[in-house]
Amino acid sequence: MIELKHIYYTIKDGDKEKTILNDVNCIFLDNCITAITGQNGSGKSTLTKIIIGIISPTSGKIYFNGKDITNLSIDERARLGITYAFQQPITFSGITIKELIDIASKEDNSIPKACEYLSRVGICAKDYISREFDKTLSGGEQKRIELALTLAKKGECIIFDEPEAGIDLWSFDRLNDLFEKNICYIVVSHQTQLLKRADKILVLDDGKISAYGDSKDIISHLQSYQCKRVGED
Amino acid sequence: MHLDKISQNLLEKIANIHEIPDGAVSFRKNGRGEFLRSTPSIEIVKKDDDSGIDIFVHSSCKKEACHIPVVVSETGLFDVVYNDFYIEDGADVVIVAGCGVHSTSQAGHNGIHTFHIGKNVKVKYYENHLAIGKGKGKELNPVTIIKLGEGSSMLMETNQLGGVDFSMRDTKAYLKENSSLEVKEKILTKNFNVAKTNFKIYLQGQNSRCNIISRSVARDESEQVFKSDLIGKSECFGHVECDGILLENSKIDSIPKVSARSNLASLSHEAAIGKIAGEQIIKLMTLGLTEKDAEEKIIEGFLK
Repeated sequence: MIELKHIYYTIKDGDKEKTILNDVNCIFLDNCITAITGQNGSGKSTLTKIIIGIISPTSGKIYFNGKDITNLSIDERARLGITYAFQQPITFSGITIKELIDIASKEDNSIPKACEYLSRVGICAKDYISREFDKTLSGGEQKRIELALTLAKKGECIIFDEPEAGIDLWSFDRLNDLFEKNICYIVVSHQTQLLKRADKILVLDDGKISAYGDSKDIISHLQSYQCKRVGED
Repeated sequence: MHLDKISQNLLEKIANIHEIPDGAVSFRKNGRGEFLRSTPSIEIVKKDDDSGIDIFVHSSCKKEACHIPVVVSETGLFDVVYNDFYIEDGADVVIVAGCGVHSTSQAGHNGIHTFHIGKNVKVKYYENHLAIGKGKGKELNPVTIIKLGEGSSMLMETNQLGGVDFSMRDTKAYLKENSSLEVKEKILTKNFNVAKTNFKIYLQGQNSRCNIISRSVARDESEQVFKSDLIGKSECFGHVECDGILLENSKIDSIPKVSARSNLASLSHEAAIGKIAGEQIIKLMTLGLTEKDAEEKIIEGFLK
């Protein structure tokens, strides 16, 4: 479970200060997919980057399973069990997919065991396991492998930043089958198809939470008010 | 032949061997030929003045390996060796060269290798360089001259694995019809190391091809200079790719040049130098590596 308390994030915009996140308070529950949505520039990605530790909040506290992680580094949070799937998978020259699986799972996996992670995300493992995770892989292949790394990481909180760019719907549909229960999923998305798959939706508007609740209620609320194109494909 | 611990250690690192291997071998240590063995397909002859060897690879050679490592462990010694390769038509050979220097002060090696390669030959040539030991002044200056015959191909992989205070690699190649040369170079410099490489490739024959890929990592206060010139004199193809990672206060100059002397020549180059992409470090950190370990992993992969 992730809990955010009074999160503020401001940046310098010329001589002025611009508030990106303005007193965000929320809880992301275990065994629950929470989608964060909102207009471009509403602060969605900033919020996830604050949870993962890529950026530090100007003020406020972040708790993971009750532990204050506000001042922990990215890797310290990762080792506690917070996992992040990038919007665009990051590729490497000279690092094989097997090596990345080993890093993620913190063990030197046997080839069959490493292949298992790839098979579970629907790619033919033996063709990939020794390949470098580089730009010679197609976008779709990169997305599936990114998901396999998330599986290997065995996190307790998994954050997907815009999975329509980071994973495909095939993979997303199988999240509940792929991952163990009691995981806290956080998904940043604009897509109605993905929002419908979430249990809860949190709507950000200009750095503030404008709505939070069960996905059905929020989607109908968004549609009835035609809320600033949020929820459109 | 018994090898001392220093030689064993260096040979393991530069040639991945723990003892004198089977097959054709020339082992040179501290300026003298220490061990030499020929095979029916690969004949190795010591030059009269012990300044190097002549290696005759016969047509009967099919995927046979020839090891010619050099070790310099005598402080103050600067060994210059001339090795000439004569490779007959149709041969297929793997040559594992390299030099390891272990010294507490100035010591070095200049390996001058000339390849006379016949027609329809396949050559794989590996050359690793390493220097270890405290003190400064360890120097390695390899010179490689390649005369590639019609229809022949050569893969040349060179690695400078670290510890070399100064190196100047000079490579010249002359390619005839339908021949191809692929060069893969990797260099790691640290501290105040200086590494310079200079490639000059003459694509003389029709349909001759050359591809040079250089990957380098410069750390601390080290400096690297990469120069290449692909000279296309006929309908040919040449490409140079130079990627460098800069860390701390290091410097890299990359000067790839293409010189078309025929309007049928297709020549290109690209160079990219910069620090490690921040996103790569962050990605590995999200998998649990510390920032330092992530950086090392990225460098290891880049130079793999």
